[in-house]
Amino acid sequence: MGKVSKRITEKEVEHVAWLAKIELSEDEKNLFTEQFNSILEYFRVIDEAETDNVQPSFHAVDLAGVLREDIVEPSLSREKALANASKKEKGFFKSPKIL
Amino acid sequence: MVNTKMDRNVKIGLEIHCQLTNLNTKLFCGCSADYRGKPSNTHVCPVCLGIPGSLPVGNKDVVKDAILVALALESKIMSKLLFFRKNYFYPDMPKNFQISQYDKAGGVPIAIGGHVPIQVSNREKKVEIIRIQIEEDPAKLLHQGSIDVSPYTLVDYNRAGIALLEIVTEPCLNSPKEARIFLQKLRSILEHLGVSDGKLEGAMRCDANISLIGGDRVEIKNISSFKEVERALTFEIVRQRSLFSRGRKVEMETRHWDVVRRITISLRTKEAEQDYRYFPELDLVPITISNEAIEKIRRKMPELPDARRKRFMEEYKLPAYDAEVLTGSKALADFFEECVKIYPYAKKISNWIMTDLQRWLHEKNVEIFESRITPQALVSMIRLIDDGTISGKIAKRVLPELIITGKSPEEIVEEKQLLRISSRQEIEKLADKVLEDNPNAVKDALVDEKAVHYLVGQLMKLSKGKADPQLSNVIMKEKLKNLLDK
Amino acid sequence: MEEPYSLSAKEIVEKIRGRELKAEDCVLSIFNRIEEVEERVHAYVTLSKELALQKAREIDAKVKNGDVLGRLPGVCIALKDNLCTEGLLTSCSSRILDGFIPPYNATVVDRLLKEDAIIIGKTNMDEFAMGSSTETSYFGATRNPWDSSRVPGGSSGGSAAAVSAEEAVLALGSDTGGSVRCPASFCSIVGLKPTYGLVSRYGLIAYANSLEQIGPLSRNVYDCALLLNVLASYDPKDSTSIRVPSQDYTQFLVDDVSDLKIGIPKEFFGEGIDERVSKVTWESIYTMEKFGVTWEELSLPTLRYTLATYYLIAMSEASSNLARYDGMRYGYSIDDDSKDWSEVYLKNRRIGFGSEVKRRIILGTYALSTGYYDEYYLKALKVRTLIRDDFNKAFKKFDVLLGPTMPIPPFKIGEKIADPLSLYLTDLLTVPANLIGSPAISVPCGFVDDLPVGMQIIAPALREDLLFKVAHIHEQNHGFKDYAPKL
Repeated sequence: MGKVSKRITEKEVEHVAWLAKIELSEDEKNLFTEQFNSILEYFRVIDEAETDNVQPSFHAVDLAGVLREDIVEPSLSREKALANASKKEKGFFKSPKIL
Repeated sequence: MVNTKMDRNVKIGLEIHCQLTNLNTKLFCGCSADYRGKPSNTHVCPVCLGIPGSLPVGNKDVVKDAILVALALESKIMSKLLFFRKNYFYPDMPKNFQISQYDKAGGVPIAIGGHVPIQVSNREKKVEIIRIQIEEDPAKLLHQGSIDVSPYTLVDYNRAGIALLEIVTEPCLNSPKEARIFLQKLRSILEHLGVSDGKLEGAMRCDANISLIGGDRVEIKNISSFKEVERALTFEIVRQRSLFSRGRKVEMETRHWDVVRRITISLRTKEAEQDYRYFPELDLVPITISNEAIEKIRRKMPELPDARRKRFMEEYKLPAYDAEVLTGSKALADFFEECVKIYPYAKKISNWIMTDLQRWLHEKNVEIFESRITPQALVSMIRLIDDGTISGKIAKRVLPELIITGKSPEEIVEEKQLLRISSRQEIEKLADKVLEDNPNAVKDALVDEKAVHYLVGQLMKLSKGKADPQLSNVIMKEKLKNLLDK
Repeated sequence: MEEPYSLSAKEIVEKIRGRELKAEDCVLSIFNRIEEVEERVHAYVTLSKELALQKAREIDAKVKNGDVLGRLPGVCIALKDNLCTEGLLTSCSSRILDGFIPPYNATVVDRLLKEDAIIIGKTNMDEFAMGSSTETSYFGATRNPWDSSRVPGGSSGGSAAAVSAEEAVLALGSDTGGSVRCPASFCSIVGLKPTYGLVSRYGLIAYANSLEQIGPLSRNVYDCALLLNVLASYDPKDSTSIRVPSQDYTQFLVDDVSDLKIGIPKEFFGEGIDERVSKVTWESIYTMEKFGVTWEELSLPTLRYTLATYYLIAMSEASSNLARYDGMRYGYSIDDDSKDWSEVYLKNRRIGFGSEVKRRIILGTYALSTGYYDEYYLKALKVRTLIRDDFNKAFKKFDVLLGPTMPIPPFKIGEKIADPLSLYLTDLLTVPANLIGSPAISVPCGFVDDLPVGMQIIAPALREDLLFKVAHIHEQNHGFKDYAPKL
């Protein structure tokens, strides 16, 4: 199956950056689009690998699954939990407005 | 008045999130799951707070619970337990991805298919289930006022990481009422299984997908109780119909149900552009679910509402309708059976529960466990009728007091002086007064039988319902006969 | 006696137990050394002298009382700054974790403390471990102690430089695509990436969770084994942690390796590898022959896919692992009440993350997105299976595989940073071990123009014993223990 050389457009970079919640400057959009295209072109070497009947390896090695018992462990104190928050109020974390 | 009766042009699908409230700990960490009423951010740890470097470890009992539910709903249980990440940003997400399950890209939910039978307008309808999956609850957001004007939001992570079962239905519900009936049945099933206590605040929440013919699908989020489901869906149908009538189109979007203002608000998310980029949760390893494990759990399955309904019909000789109503919730069914343990006439109990008790609960907008009536109290009240201490009519006045105050019927009868008047002397006095006050009626009564009823009625009224009706009838007729003879 | 800071961990443990040396003196000595050279090396982000002295005094008291000591008493260890240390700033060399103080210790940190090791500070790294040169650090690059105009390698450059410059006796790094082995090679020290799952990742701030492991950095092979003894054990807090019977890796430093068969993949010496690096590495292979090892060349055709496969997988995982950095619970946040949550997140992440991190997150998001998932992420996972099969076949015939660690000697600071792809290409030889979860070690094997060259040995899963056997022989042969940069 021949693959049309797919280039990522600046618009796509903008949309994907929005999905990733990273605001980009115009310069960054330009630069990244260029860099992404050369990187993706290099990545396309994997298209040459024959993988029609191959299963994906999600993990590196075969591991045995583990579950834990439903037993309570100590929690953090509220002070410790909130210690790193730059914005907090009355024992809550403070988030910016929703709408 | 909006016609929201079953209308095949209305398609409603529900996505119900049920907390597995019988668990001691959260889904992926050992924080205590008993967070209700506790101070904010005190049931948290590096894992459920999403602190960098933390890792999830699955709770064994979550899997057991999930299998129980799947068996009860007759869903097909998959042979592997696999978790996936659902990636999206939101202030209630500690990691900005939710560890959940997925049914594509190599993922499987814990169970697929299944159904919940419900009774709608005396017909049985099977509500089809698409899938059941395990996932973690996000944190709780506290807006300052309504979501669209709140200048900031406070976040409490106590709820973050609590184990949820997500149950998704086909869009086969055709009215808000059907949706409510389905949810009640589902809750009853979960309660009977002992995995989720629907009475707890926030234990069962749902999102609804609703589309009217000719419009796109609208998702409504933040419906947190059954009472809200019917309201939210009804509002949304009205809103959409009004858009149609103005020639406007209903676009696909996500709306938020505002409980206080009772409206849905557009969340203005670019919902159509959202892309969850599902891929496996690699900090967890797939686990095999064996048939032996499933059978072991199946053998321990508690009695489900439908089985209980059949048993009520057989054991207590109740008609189908009664049995259906009584098993509508575990609390109600338990209440009934507690009564029957101490009183032999099941049908009498059933009648009182289904008529007056339900009516009062409905009027006060509370469920039986929110009221103060006990099985002992109801049974005592019925016994007081049986032995003639009070009349049935008086009992109808005692019942609401049992619900509100939690006092015993004896106490209430005493306080309100509701004892039946059964002494001849007293009734004769009352009868005399009635005859005196109603000369015209007496004239009629002497010739016409039916007019006697009126006079007896007046006697009952005068006695504030306490007079023994039969004796009053007898005495009134005697007195009239005397007058006639005179 | 030498300065305590020059002693090996083995020697320090012996001398402390033998009451010839005090832990406090070890700490003071190391901090003197740090004061002397740190300005030129810039290995550290945070130093914790007071805590270290406190711990040292506790150990000295234990010795005095005749209490039982742990396995690393008095050994001064530096930790890569992506390992959570309770009460101590942890930055991942990123602005987005500004001010972050973890409320807990990584499991490996607890284990070190239990064995009476002394934590002296947190080392510089490529931001979020993304890089091979420590140049993407928000705090500026670390310098190679062998040549301060050159990179120390990455992403555990700070840890490697600290050990190499004798600013730490031992160090911990993390290795996702070569981040322990690369700086070990560039700084002429020993660096090991254990089998995936052997060392607990609880407390390791994630970059690519199916690929990374915490690994020891040391000046000699014995110290590496000693440290691995402490790190390798099952942790119930990490679901990917393996349950294996504990063993003493130092016992594998034996002189008899006559039964070992070494495989030399042709591709490890092929296109893209500096000729001089190849030459130095081959010299080490030939000299090992006299110990009785046999070697044979083989071909691993899937090696041409490994770099692309690695980056697609790593970037995809990273895009999700780094989503949590939004400024709400920890780290950097702007202060602007007029913006809604989405606007704030967009700005926090724009300001908080450096360019390379942004690139990888965005590319990773792209590779997982609808329409591209099958073509990029899923395809990479399938190719990973092919690579695994290729290596499994090789391991049926050979005990270990061998080649240079890096395709080039340490390059100049600033030389490659403008061209991301050119930096990615330096990971060519190290990424395969991460993809297949195998253990791999880098040991110094010579110099090219006075610049360090390392040799990499790869073994099948859980066969660290083979790595130590070969590494030990090579070390006996080579004498690299006695190398030290002139600072």
